[in-house]
Amino acid sequence: MGYCPEAMTIQGSAAGEDTVHEFFSGMSMAARHRFAVIDVLAGLRLWRLAWSLGWLDIRLRYRGSMLGPFWLTISTGVMVGSLGVLYAALWQIPLHDYLPFLALSQVLWGFLATLVGEACAAFTESEPVIRSIRMPFFLFAMRILVRNVLVLAHNICVIVVVFLALRIWPGATALLAIPAVPLWIVDALAVALLLGGICARFRDIMPIVNSVMQIAFFLSPVIWRPAQLKEYAVWLPFNPFYDMLEILRSPLLGEAPSPLVWVGALGYSAVLCGMAWLFFMRSRGRIAFWI
Amino acid sequence: MMSLDASIEAHDVSVLFPLYHGNSRSLKKLLVAAASGRLAEDQQHRVVVRALSDISFTLRSGERLGLVGANGAGKTTLLRVLAGIYEPVTGSVRLHGTMNALLDPSMGMNADLTGRENIMLRGLYNGFSGPMLTRLEQDVIAFSELSDFIDLPMRIYSAGMAVRLGFALATAIRPRILLMDEWFLAGDAGFMEKARQRLEEMVRAADILVLTTHSDEIIREWCTRVMWLDKGCIKADGPAADIMDQYAGTAAE
Repeated sequence: MGYCPEAMTIQGSAAGEDTVHEFFSGMSMAARHRFAVIDVLAGLRLWRLAWSLGWLDIRLRYRGSMLGPFWLTISTGVMVGSLGVLYAALWQIPLHDYLPFLALSQVLWGFLATLVGEACAAFTESEPVIRSIRMPFFLFAMRILVRNVLVLAHNICVIVVVFLALRIWPGATALLAIPAVPLWIVDALAVALLLGGICARFRDIMPIVNSVMQIAFFLSPVIWRPAQLKEYAVWLPFNPFYDMLEILRSPLLGEAPSPLVWVGALGYSAVLCGMAWLFFMRSRGRIAFWI
Repeated sequence: MMSLDASIEAHDVSVLFPLYHGNSRSLKKLLVAAASGRLAEDQQHRVVVRALSDISFTLRSGERLGLVGANGAGKTTLLRVLAGIYEPVTGSVRLHGTMNALLDPSMGMNADLTGRENIMLRGLYNGFSGPMLTRLEQDVIAFSELSDFIDLPMRIYSAGMAVRLGFALATAIRPRILLMDEWFLAGDAGFMEKARQRLEEMVRAADILVLTTHSDEIIREWCTRVMWLDKGCIKADGPAADIMDQYAGTAAE
């Protein structure tokens, strides 16, 4: 026999240590909370898997394509270039002012909208895995985040090219964007847990989410600038998308974001995370039955 | 760290399947359930199927349990509950010891990925890293004898190659508690001697085995204890030979 049995002593768990699994029903809030925390921690421990899954998703999506995800970069670039020229002319704004704004907005909105759309399928797309092995559900939220961050990394090229071409440098103010990054990450994971669960249970939610995002795109200052609203601009902080975009976008354009925008971003994020956690606590044990 | 004996304890486990989406799978369940009178309504007046009712048992180290029963009796559902995939609606399940469930032959495998990538993914799903992943890879490649094909997408594999890879992967990880669905033993007419040996080694290495099957022969060969499930309830539970004689008696009627 060409096969050597010595190699066959792999133990069922990473460290080969004793493992205890407990599955209960009718849990109190405290127990549900504890199980949800365990799920998240176990998911974080599987970061390598989340990374590989997200990375393979991108690779498979562009299998056989020569440029791969750079097609997205090109389409974003063409979109930013043509829309930039058109709207700068329509609204009579100098291209030099408008184009960097549009490039940033378009790339960030692309990330946000795709992430929200894909979050709806976070659990349903992994049905075969969920039904054949016990996995922390947080893993699938991480996978969505990894996948979209990889796409974002490709699209950042558009921003870099625009900034270099127009010789714009935001200066030290850009560092104010750094605190916004962890907030975006936490919110992205919360969105994936919340929408992933809701859409697994109620299959009608996904089309609704897509229409809401479509409307939000026009109602939020993505292609139009906040200043164009003139006196109505004071109402903008009520739009959660505005707050989230602004904490990241304005420092990169060389302006410090107003404290009000940060208050809005933190407030809306707290509401989102709170809702996501409450829903995840209740739904975690049921998701396998829903998909 | 002191090693505890492997054990499984199930107390009053019930599982209800809510019927929400009317997809083919739940529709099939619905029909099976309607035929067996197991349709019910929960407190919120949703239609549910009672897949398991009040299952209690304890398995200690060394026990090999065979689950028998008609299609739709709840055998696979019980395996999924033990594997932690379905959480019980009432009751509790406690497992001590590493556990691996062989439920789906193609679990997590992607035909567009190469054999090597699929091995890596499976290792990562099991929480392996670094040297453990390398060992898993070597073990699976050696057993599946795929040689150069290991770096080609599984899409181009012959049916036999895909089966060899799936089998090698499933049997590479040695848990103390092994949960196995019957697909795993299906079609073993052409089963290579080598594969049989490997499977038997894995079964022998496990402290506890839970197996669903329709094969009388396999149960008598491997199991020390048999649980007969009927419409989600335990109809009989005891030494393999006794229960199989009873079971064979009703099946023949």
